[in-house]
Amino acid sequence: MSLRSDLGRVKGLGSAKEGVHHWRLQRITAIALVPLSLWFVVSLLCVFNGTHAEVVEWVAAPYVTVLLVALTVLLFWHLQLGLQVVIEDYVHTAFKQIALQIALRVAAGFGALVAIVSILKISLALG
Amino acid sequence: MSNRPISPHLQIYRPQLTSVMSITHRMTGIFLSLGTLVLLFWLAAAASGAEQYQAAQSVFDMVIVKLVLVGWTWAFFYHLSNGIRHLCWDAGRGLDIPTAYASGYAVLAVSVVLTLLVWGYVFAVPGGAA
Repeated sequence: MSLRSDLGRVKGLGSAKEGVHHWRLQRITAIALVPLSLWFVVSLLCVFNGTHAEVVEWVAAPYVTVLLVALTVLLFWHLQLGLQVVIEDYVHTAFKQIALQIALRVAAGFGALVAIVSILKISLALG
Repeated sequence: MSNRPISPHLQIYRPQLTSVMSITHRMTGIFLSLGTLVLLFWLAAAASGAEQYQAAQSVFDMVIVKLVLVGWTWAFFYHLSNGIRHLCWDAGRGLDIPTAYASGYAVLAVSVVLTLLVWGYVFAVPGGAA
């Protein structure tokens, strides 16, 4: 048994200010994705067999455009947070770690941009 | 710190429902992340015009692609329901072993049933994807 106080033990072991930042964001994006992703899957089941015109008309409905962009941002944000931890856990070379973390952010950001531009292109063309 | 439990040695540690479901959560997360490429392909095709969209749809008609999509659907429902299980744990609920096992089996059942429902619907609708 240690006679040191809890405070004494943890002092100097790191900042207590932003330690939960990543954890908290991962949970917030996860909670938001529960209704959004379920809505998306159900909607997809309704439009997937439709013609191009029907699909485009669905995307261009204002509330669908907004929800799709929100889904895109949260989805790519959440997957970046998750894959970041996977890389942190399994890659032990400093150079590879940094390179992969940068590549992940570039890929996630680029993916989100492709999705958002596609959604807005459809929506604004019919708007 | 000295009497803290140490990490199990995975190569010799007997797999349990809880540990297997934990690594499956991570694997489905990676698989789903890769699956966003399919989503981007579909969205970009829809944004490119009717012809490109038709071409994309013919890719989705391929059996092998369908099989991947079925796997992706299961991965989605697994990651979703197990994610909710994790959120309950984060709130401090259901952490005892019997509840952790019960919720684990529930997640497996829900993910399989919802996957079957989705693909049953896909193949049942008139002019469907079959």
